[in-house]
Amino acid sequence: MRYGMAIDTRKCVGCSDCVVACQTENNVPLGFCRDWVVEVVDGTYPNVSIELRSERCNHCANSPCVRCCPTGASHFEDGGIVLVEHSKCIGCGACIEACPYDARYSHPDGYVDKCTFCIHRVREGNNPACVSVCPTSCMYFGDLDDQNSKIVNVLKNRKFKSLAPEAGTKPQIFYLV
Amino acid sequence: MREELFVSGRNIPNIDPYLNIWHWQIPIYLFLGGVAAGILFFSGIFTILGKDHKMRTTVKVAPLLVPFLLVFGLFMLFLDLKHKLYFWQLYTTIRLESPMGWGAWVLMIITPISILWSASYVREIFPGWDWKFDILKTFESWLIKYRLWIAWPMTIYAVILGIYTGILLSAFNARPLWNTSILGPLFLVSGMSTAAALIIMLSKDHKERKIMGRIDILLILIELFFIVHLLMGFLAGSEAQINAASLFLGGKFTAPFFTFVVFLGLIFPAILEIFELKGFKVPVYIPAILVLLGGLIFRFIIVEAGQITRFLY
Repeated sequence: MRYGMAIDTRKCVGCSDCVVACQTENNVPLGFCRDWVVEVVDGTYPNVSIELRSERCNHCANSPCVRCCPTGASHFEDGGIVLVEHSKCIGCGACIEACPYDARYSHPDGYVDKCTFCIHRVREGNNPACVSVCPTSCMYFGDLDDQNSKIVNVLKNRKFKSLAPEAGTKPQIFYLV
Repeated sequence: MREELFVSGRNIPNIDPYLNIWHWQIPIYLFLGGVAAGILFFSGIFTILGKDHKMRTTVKVAPLLVPFLLVFGLFMLFLDLKHKLYFWQLYTTIRLESPMGWGAWVLMIITPISILWSASYVREIFPGWDWKFDILKTFESWLIKYRLWIAWPMTIYAVILGIYTGILLSAFNARPLWNTSILGPLFLVSGMSTAAALIIMLSKDHKERKIMGRIDILLILIELFFIVHLLMGFLAGSEAQINAASLFLGGKFTAPFFTFVVFLGLIFPAILEIFELKGFKVPVYIPAILVLLGGLIFRFIIVEAGQITRFLY
């Protein structure tokens, strides 16, 4: 089993609903966020293109954050979900430095926090909060090893990219372009 | 033209607009670790070479400072932790993949070694010192007997500690400025050079100062070569690496780096030390303090600049 996410940059309207849903579901403290929306504008008027991306932890298969964690607080859960065990985290910041996506932050309570793919919902058979709430249904979450899953189907039929693959992290979030 | 913005209004403390999660504590710790590693290395190597009587300050006096430097450095690391009460978990885990993990273990080994090493010289430096308990006196004579046995692992661990201060940073692939294997040797040489400067300040023996002065000049030359090598390596690299180098070649760190680190911290003190070796009267404090300050500023600049650099996507 290998969880992943595909996000359709052509269907995303940048409403930031995923961000608010995540903050509510996971009780993210004010002023912080586990996911965020980026607008990238390329070109000069009138030849302009816009890409909207809902970004979060890429739950990399070769995670620099897991590798550099001195206590093993950052670890892989079933399905390759990268989690931080709060009671093991010493708040040294090494994983924050190690993440090429700046997806982690120091929680006001001291430990390091980030997207969990809403593992508590996934274990109950639900989608992560961001995926469930998306008004344009531009996000697909599922098992990349299951050839019949919707996410595998989407990735088979569409062009996609991942972020900074040259960092060698093997990110598991794919952007449909 | 390419423009990128957060439409969801992200502005996380210490992460946005650019990363700044490691503050002043880390460069101070890296500096103290480097100085301590340098002192222990010189003390160990001159003992192994049988020069401990000629190099009194290097072998016997300066190491007395090391336990204090290391403990203060560890305290800086502790201050940096955001989940402080959980710090002990560093020592209930062995994670060889994590540079910070094995660095913590190296410190756990070298700090007691440095304490034993200085304890074996305390009575020689302070003749009035009394260990009070017989068991401590027996232990001291045992330490003195096996000094050479301690010197070997101490010298090796000192090199590991010195390199580790650089590897701690160079292991982060996500920060192009740090992610270069030259950073380990560069921090080792810089740490040794600052240690030599501190020994020159402490020493009252003209001959010893001359030897350490020569060593320091050589180390400064190697360090300058490494810095050129570092920047050239970046310029021959990817766009992210070129951006990292440009912070020092026209970017916001150009003036502080070349003024305080390269010129006032390396070239100028090296010139003063050469003058002194040629017989001119130069107060020893001036080049030594410049080298020490240059080493400290160097670490502040590298830690702060490295956090700004990132992959582009």
